[in-house]
Amino acid sequence: MSKTATAASQNAALLNQFYRDMLLIRRFEERAGQLYGMGLIGGFCHLYIGQEAVVVGMQAATEPGDQVITAYRDHGHMLACGMEPAGVMAELTGRSGGYSKGKGGSMHMFSREKNFYGGHGIVGAQVPLGTGLAFANRYRGNDRVSLTYFGDGAANQGQVYESFNMAAVWKLPVVYVIENNQYAMGTAISRSTSETHLYKRGVSFNIPGEEVDGMDVEAVYAAGRKAVEHCRAGNGPYILEMRTYRYRGHSMSDPAKYRTKEEVQEMREKHDPIEGLRTKILAAGAADEAALKALDKEIKDTVSAAAEFAQMSPEPDPKELWTEIYA
Amino acid sequence: MNAPTKISFSQGINMALDEALAADPNVFLLGEDIADAQGGGVFKATLGLSAKHGTDRVRSTPISEQAIVGAAVGAAITGMRPVAEIMFMNFLTVCMDQLVNHAAKLRFMSGGLTSVPLTIRCGTGAGVGFGGQHSDMLEAWFAHVPGMKVVTASNPADAKGLLLSAIEDDDPTLFIENVAMYAAQGAPPEPGYKVPLGKAAIRRAGGDVTIITYGRPVGEVEAVAETLAAEGISAEVIDLRTIAPFDEAAVLNSVAKTGRAVIVHEAVKAFGVGAEISSRIHEELFGQLKSPVKRVGSKYSPVPFSPPLEQAFLYSRAEIAAAVKATMG
Repeated sequence: MSKTATAASQNAALLNQFYRDMLLIRRFEERAGQLYGMGLIGGFCHLYIGQEAVVVGMQAATEPGDQVITAYRDHGHMLACGMEPAGVMAELTGRSGGYSKGKGGSMHMFSREKNFYGGHGIVGAQVPLGTGLAFANRYRGNDRVSLTYFGDGAANQGQVYESFNMAAVWKLPVVYVIENNQYAMGTAISRSTSETHLYKRGVSFNIPGEEVDGMDVEAVYAAGRKAVEHCRAGNGPYILEMRTYRYRGHSMSDPAKYRTKEEVQEMREKHDPIEGLRTKILAAGAADEAALKALDKEIKDTVSAAAEFAQMSPEPDPKELWTEIYA
Repeated sequence: MNAPTKISFSQGINMALDEALAADPNVFLLGEDIADAQGGGVFKATLGLSAKHGTDRVRSTPISEQAIVGAAVGAAITGMRPVAEIMFMNFLTVCMDQLVNHAAKLRFMSGGLTSVPLTIRCGTGAGVGFGGQHSDMLEAWFAHVPGMKVVTASNPADAKGLLLSAIEDDDPTLFIENVAMYAAQGAPPEPGYKVPLGKAAIRRAGGDVTIITYGRPVGEVEAVAETLAAEGISAEVIDLRTIAPFDEAAVLNSVAKTGRAVIVHEAVKAFGVGAEISSRIHEELFGQLKSPVKRVGSKYSPVPFSPPLEQAFLYSRAEIAAAVKATMG
């Protein structure tokens, strides 16, 4: 193959990988929403639908060993890190086969093997932790990078800025990925935030920041590569503000009456990251309709198997209450 | 150089940190002004350690308690053993979220897939004029949180041995240092000396009454016990060393023997550690008690500044003696 042909083929493979990874998250979340509606998932359940391009593009920009930490809208991040859909879904149903044996729930799962460090429920509190992951990398002298995700709501929490300062003064390898989905719970960013361009939040810490179209996985990937390389080269932290949108409410219990149906519909119809990529893949000949249909079926089967496992896996034994509190 | 015949409490802390840093590259220290260029810690507990182990491992931080503890938790979940100094215990209120919601719970919430081998050191204590925001004993707050361990020492050798155990422990441990004791002298421990967590020490054997205490009041209680002995009251003195989880067996065995108990702590009495220990004694030994369990603590007030007020706030030897005598009927 010629050099150009090789590049085109690599690009096609990448586009297909993006599509597969985003579709898995979409279908997984849709099924989680169904199971919640059926009463099989209780407690909190924050769906990632609409934001898939962010985590998929960022993950593609990383190398093995790079770490991920995020807040409570975390199912997509876990799947992108390569964690098993069945184990994640079984945690949502609180079963013993879940990643945390039913002791953590939707917001609290971990996988050292896949370098996923949670899954945290206190808004903004994962940001110092992600900074600590980066500290450990720098201390050990490895070249790993910490991807520390948080939302536009968390951007108004104080501990984020203690972390920014510490990361900048110590040149820690951390990419702060701000998933700006426009709403902090039910409050639109314009109502809660004086400077709504969150990529500027690093200015007074000398942390470079960039605004990215978080509905375009290729844009995310390109920005992610640049940011990750900046950190890996020892230049300190980097901020990426991903302009994105969640289609569902803050959590499953939120009817999202603070925005119009038309607004959501417009995003779904004109900016959907998966539909956008599908069109591009077909136009570029990276895959044909039949291949995409087969992929759709494969992912549906994976998600169905996960949902099945999540319902069949036994409830945790009551004695689990007394384990893993101390070493 | 000959080994010293006595060391101070802060030298005990320093020895533990030095040994831990030398033994394990995963151990590092974070804290405000802890490196030598910034003074080696406001209480000098880390003096000389950055010169010996480097400022990458003994690292002065911004005044950012949430970031200090949060970063320490983040490093700990990758397998490191951070020791974070939070200058005063009251400043833990600033980073309570990282301690309670993260450090204490990550092992459980992950189904055992992660752990937080973190040590937090903090100084505190009344009697030295630091006022209301730098003197509180808040150990009960942390003892109330499943997943946290809470440790304090009553002498320099214990400070060294307990802190070393805390650093080697796989759970998040809060190590409380009483600022009034930093200069206190005591016998030096051997290199490698460790005191196991969760095990109390019987400081004085006795048959009439058990006095349970920890930290700075241990010395006060020993002095009171000595006085009481002259009056014919034989007190057994238990130094808990680890406040949470506390050595129930040591406490219950002793009280089963004496039938009387007094709990003494510097923290204010109401809703304190003494209430839990008293309750456990009543639950397990009610039928064997010769009198109700008594508690001695500081007064239910913010810690005042003025020396006479501060002394009035603190528990006293007279109060300890009176409580013991009350149990004797």
